[in-house]
Amino acid sequence: MRFVYFASVRETIGMDGEQRECPDTVITISDCIDWLSSLGDNYAQAFANRQNLRFAVDQQMAKVTVPLSGVKELAIFPPVTGG
Amino acid sequence: MKTIRIQPQRFDTGAELAPLRALGGGAVASFTGIARSDPDARGDVTMIQLEHYPAMTSSALNELMDAAYGKWELLGCVLIHRVGEIFTGEEIVLVGAASLHRADALSAVAFLIDRLKTDIPLWKKEYRSDGSARWVDEKLSDIRVRTY
Repeated sequence: MRFVYFASVRETIGMDGEQRECPDTVITISDCIDWLSSLGDNYAQAFANRQNLRFAVDQQMAKVTVPLSGVKELAIFPPVTGG
Repeated sequence: MKTIRIQPQRFDTGAELAPLRALGGGAVASFTGIARSDPDARGDVTMIQLEHYPAMTSSALNELMDAAYGKWELLGCVLIHRVGEIFTGEEIVLVGAASLHRADALSAVAFLIDRLKTDIPLWKKEYRSDGSARWVDEKLSDIRVRTY
């Protein structure tokens, strides 16, 4: 799966995206955030405040409970502030 | 007539709204968002860096405009959002709508700018005169005051 990060999440993790295969324990976005957070301090710090994270699966906004089966791209970012 | 653009370049509001006037309706409504200095203890905002999710922004704006067309009788709609470096006093966003009578155009513009602030993958980072920079927080007022 392709991961893409934006704004403060991108800066804290230190990259704008990466390709990773999730372990079998990852079913939903929430599981995926748990798993990524275990990979390093930069991920743990970027995802420390779960309330402040938003997601898109294959370019559609998604809630944290959405399953990731078949998803090609998961975007993780803070609340949007355009306009 | 539907126009959607994401661009780093500045734009001329009057020129962008002119095509809406030519559609034969009796009403053109618009909103232009301007980068403001918003002074605080760290000084004035001198520049905003606007980041977006290129693979998603255009399609999300298309869906938003389609939703407006589903709610109101519109003759045309323009939505332009800048990305990249935007200096204080410059335009950030333009939403314009044309309709036969004012109610549809006014309502559509309010809907589009409200939703744009909560549903479209765009992020602002403020740079201030003391050299500090920070990502702009989500405004609860934007979520609560959502008119539609």
